[in-house]
Amino acid sequence: MAAVKPLLTTRNLSRSFGGLKAVDNVDLDVMPGEIRAIIGPNGAGKTTLVSLICGRIEPSSGQINFEGRDITRMPAHKRVGLGIAYTFQITSIYPNLSVFDNVALPVQRMSHARVSSRGLDASVMHALERVGLADEAGKTAGTLAYGHQRLLEVAMGLSLEPNLLILDEPTQGLSDGEIENFIKLVREIGERATVLLIEHNMDVVMQLAEQITVLNFGKVLAQGTPDAIRANVKVQDAYLGTGADD
Amino acid sequence: MNGSNRAIPVWTLHIAVIAALWAAQYVLPDYHHGIIARVMVLACFAMGYNILFGYAGLLSLGHAMFFAAGLYGAGLPIYHFGWHVVPSFAFGIGCGALLALVIGLLALRTTGVAFMIVTLMFAQVGYLMTLWLGEWTRGDEGLTLSHSERIIESASVFIDLTNRDTRYGAAWLLLSVVLLITVVIARSPFGRVLVAIRENEERTRMLGFNTYANKLSAMVISGAISAAAGAAYVLLFGYMGATFAAIQYSILPLLWVLLGGAATTLGPLLGTLLMFYLAELSNDALNAWFPGANLSQIGIVGAALVLLVLFFPKGILGTIRERWLKWLP
Repeated sequence: MAAVKPLLTTRNLSRSFGGLKAVDNVDLDVMPGEIRAIIGPNGAGKTTLVSLICGRIEPSSGQINFEGRDITRMPAHKRVGLGIAYTFQITSIYPNLSVFDNVALPVQRMSHARVSSRGLDASVMHALERVGLADEAGKTAGTLAYGHQRLLEVAMGLSLEPNLLILDEPTQGLSDGEIENFIKLVREIGERATVLLIEHNMDVVMQLAEQITVLNFGKVLAQGTPDAIRANVKVQDAYLGTGADD
Repeated sequence: MNGSNRAIPVWTLHIAVIAALWAAQYVLPDYHHGIIARVMVLACFAMGYNILFGYAGLLSLGHAMFFAAGLYGAGLPIYHFGWHVVPSFAFGIGCGALLALVIGLLALRTTGVAFMIVTLMFAQVGYLMTLWLGEWTRGDEGLTLSHSERIIESASVFIDLTNRDTRYGAAWLLLSVVLLITVVIARSPFGRVLVAIRENEERTRMLGFNTYANKLSAMVISGAISAAAGAAYVLLFGYMGATFAAIQYSILPLLWVLLGGAATTLGPLLGTLLMFYLAELSNDALNAWFPGANLSQIGIVGAALVLLVLFFPKGILGTIRERWLKWLP
């Protein structure tokens, strides 16, 4: 593995809100093709960390590299062009537009040449089929069940053909059956893309993650394979033993 | 399931509307003939407004400045420097586009209410400029273009814009072009991005779109179309005055668009037409019922705006689209 360069690295990455250090000197190395889970108690800085990576917010200090390029100051929409896609913790779709149009936007973003409307239709339907929403294409997105809205958001992220897909608590609010399908979907995505997964559901984390980073008070508390993390005493104290309520 | 599959009904409808407006000149009595010509020019203003307000979701309270930029941009060079009609028209549009670019660069740093206030303030500056430069514009009193200044003449063509039928034809041509531009934009990937910005800007940014650049483009297109309407107005009706830069000409396009249906291609035209006649009729009625009270139609406009926002927020075509014709662009 030593020869493979990391897809994403952060060095001394920090972000403060007022006096609060939400992310505090975080060093992260994510290898290409990896499924990396980021866990930690509420308020540990998980969402802030991935927001820095995708460019939604700017870091106070530190550096972010993606595919060997310094992207620390790059605006968010350009990072999407490099292949970083983000799905929101609180479902963020276009509730008043059709399911089809929701996915047509990222598809259109990716088609650099002018595509025919038929080509667009096919790509959109393909993305919807992957998450199992093809039958809902004509519906208004806001009328979908919550779980389906989550899947729609994943379909939007997938349509960006990302190298790095950031999923922020994707299974929150899903039923057990839906979670099972979701795990299958993420595995499938993980064959081609690198996945950064923030997740509270430890079953999902243990099934999917190849590496786990544990955050606590904005700092990296531990990092390693699922087995190593499970055995880590510090992590048990901070999180697994007490905080894993869901 | 989505707009792009419904090309045939969409184009048929718009071509039919354009054809009907052409045919109308042969059946309309004189009085209405003149009104429709005016409505068609003002509807272009509304369509320009609709690009920014309806599709991109940016509520400007200062569009009078773009209309006036076209009005004065075309009219003053003719009046003071003897320019010809065609270059003046182009210059008027250019003034509006440039102004929209500059105002957009500044105002688009804000959103929501702040954007409304910033555009309102810039428009007030514009209005006061027309008064301050009274030596050139004659302020409220305004300037009138003479008959000879409104004629396009070269070796092979002679077009007299003061002629009743020519004026109607010119207004119709402008309306047709602007309407078709609106349809193309509404159905284009760019139009889809504007709607996406209106619906959820943060999501759109995180899907990789430069929302600032897209909003700025919408602003410039909107300003250019509004200016085209202003430039056409001075050329076809021969008058420019500070009234056209005042606040009511920023409110009117908003009202027309709301009445007809925001983010519908034909809504601005329908709204302008209905509101124009409503104002005319109510003006007559008010004067008949309360002679000597000197009541203004602006009150009617205000009342209509309040009622619309309260009970009919989607406008006529917006409601029709929601209930029956989903494919309406």
